Amino acid sequence: MRIVVAMSGGVDSSVVAGLLHEAGHEVIGITLHLYDHGAAAGRKRGCCGGQDINDARNVADRLGIAHYVIDAEAEFHAQVIGDFVGSYAEGRTPVPCVRCNQHLKFGDLLGLARDLGAEALATGHYVRREDGASGPELHVAADAVRDQSWFLFATTRDQLAFSRFPLGDMPDKGAVRAVATRLDLPVAQKPDSQDICFVPSGSYADLLARLRPDAVQPGEIVGLDGAVLGRHQGIGRYTVGQAKRLGDVNGQVVTRIDAARRRIEVGPRNTGTRHVRLTETNWLIAVPAEPIRTQVKLRARAEPQPAVVDMVAGTVILDDPSLAAPGQACVAYDGTRVLGGGFIV
Amino acid sequence: MLTLPRDGGARLYLDANATEPLRPAARAAVMSALDCLGNPSSIHAEGRAARRILETAREHIALFCGARPEDVVFCSGATEANALAIASLGHGKRILIGATEHDAVRMAAPDALLLAVHNDGTVDLAAVQRALKDNTGALVCLMAANNETGVLHPIKEVAKLCGQFGALLHVDAVQAAGRLRADFCALGASSVALSSHKLGGPKGAGALVLARDVSDHVAPLIFGGGQERGRRGGTPDLPAISGFGAAAAAIASEERSRVTALRDAIEAEALSVGATVVGKGAPRLGNTSCLALPGIKADAQVIGLDLAGIAVSAGAACSSGKVRRGHVLTAMGLKPLAEYAIRVSLPWNAPPDVATKFCAAYRKIAIRALHSPGASHIAMTVPAG
Repeated sequence: MRIVVAMSGGVDSSVVAGLLHEAGHEVIGITLHLYDHGAAAGRKRGCCGGQDINDARNVADRLGIAHYVIDAEAEFHAQVIGDFVGSYAEGRTPVPCVRCNQHLKFGDLLGLARDLGAEALATGHYVRREDGASGPELHVAADAVRDQSWFLFATTRDQLAFSRFPLGDMPDKGAVRAVATRLDLPVAQKPDSQDICFVPSGSYADLLARLRPDAVQPGEIVGLDGAVLGRHQGIGRYTVGQAKRLGDVNGQVVTRIDAARRRIEVGPRNTGTRHVRLTETNWLIAVPAEPIRTQVKLRARAEPQPAVVDMVAGTVILDDPSLAAPGQACVAYDGTRVLGGGFIV
Repeated sequence: MLTLPRDGGARLYLDANATEPLRPAARAAVMSALDCLGNPSSIHAEGRAARRILETAREHIALFCGARPEDVVFCSGATEANALAIASLGHGKRILIGATEHDAVRMAAPDALLLAVHNDGTVDLAAVQRALKDNTGALVCLMAANNETGVLHPIKEVAKLCGQFGALLHVDAVQAAGRLRADFCALGASSVALSSHKLGGPKGAGALVLARDVSDHVAPLIFGGGQERGRRGGTPDLPAISGFGAAAAAIASEERSRVTALRDAIEAEALSVGATVVGKGAPRLGNTSCLALPGIKADAQVIGLDLAGIAVSAGAACSSGKVRRGHVLTAMGLKPLAEYAIRVSLPWNAPPDVATKFCAAYRKIAIRALHSPGASHIAMTVPAG
């Protein structure tokens, strides 16, 4: 069948394209041009693509498949970078990968794949799609270390039905690289990508300073009783639950970010709440009328914790109090299966 | 390497404005020049043989433009020719460029004043006059034909205005050369940029053709051994230049009317399935159609047609292959159409069944566009033009 593969230029999506091509499908590689690579790397006038796009083209060329680069810069800026800096300025901690998956990969790109008459969109995500009794289900990857299911909670059931994740059953990254080597892909030894692709230096404060200077204005660090304990260099540098960058304030964590007053509130490490409210929820099961007992993950790399989820109301009651960072995702799991989730309010 | 269509059918190449197929005469000239040993600057027999090839090409290009051979400066292509004209003739001058110019001009004159165009893509002569009045002694850069729409600017009128206000005129004739009757020097321009591969020659050669009065006023961008009468250093790319000259000499005027008839057949079909032909009311090149089909993004149209075996384009592709939308249609006040417009440009050797083949694939896209939400809204927000 005709399958569009979202090719980033990394080893994972390259292997996906290679495996599907080897299996005899008509593979169309598409790379989204998301941001000006030169500008992101701090050069004044960069080239338009960056090495990742070249790598994707070289892999497609090696495989002998069609490959296209789509300009998604404006959409990426509006949907991902805008949300990223806006969230920090408003005291939330964004998850740009979720936004990118939601709006670009499984939004615009999936729409393009349909327009091209493809029967599926395949990506290099480490998740598994299983066909259950009532339609496709999203499950964690066989390789728990690489599992990306948390980042895909916002994929709708309709999008999931159209998607394929050939790496979900790979035992580990070594196995993926072995396939890349066997297929003689030029990216077989390429290092893994950064956490935030558009901040290659790893310091997003510069980006905030440029786009939302209000997020890096200094302010006060206050205790739970309101007493001023110190100063900070911008609320955009903090996340609820963070213990670093608090200066002389020892043994405390950020419990709340008050954007209106540019205040960072701190409290003891065991501070937490049991009640979490969600917005922009997406559920991958028929929503039950009653709350259900299940497990949730409040961070990408957190252990699942027991909770009662009310999918109708979009609320979660944790068994044990925890610090939930606004803007992050709260994703519900039933064993390996992703039930859906929402963004923490 | 792209996958060929599954039925194994031949591909249909409709992206001539990106590059024209090589003409047989050009191919023969290239092959023959490859075997020429000498450097045209050398004084021995081998050098003289090489020089003969170079000067023959120069005569071909001069004849093609109605210029003297000594006014032809060979270079690597039209990007360089435009840059050379702007750097030399525009030195110390205010530079005025059309709002729909190619990046080769836009990027070479980043501080230029933009001359507005009408909805149909032709330059606004009143705006040109105002700008010339405010900036006497300027350099005006205007393309003879637009690469995306094929729309022709009134070059003669602009040249007249330039004369009145003591301005020089540089014409980027890359798309027009070979597709219009070619006597560019009669237009009244001070310089004209040409590209080999846009008229059926090989890639890698171009020329800046100068008017007599500025012929010796060109300072080189690339220094070196004084080649091209000191106007462009470096040993010339003899095979490419030879092919360039041969291609220009091989253009037959009958091919224009043949291509125009085929293009008109494509446009009639496109209009009948709901497409807009951008710049339809304006004088245009006979090989180019800019077709907007609101509802399906241009990217998807281009990829869909490619997968169906048909090569077209949308906007100007940069080196990464990313397609940049827009400044041409935006300048024409057609911004909402920009992301839905593709360019169909017929090559000199377009096959007789081109319209039938293209239309079969295009109709399928049009049907999808018809069912796309929001399409009618976009069409309604576009001014008539």
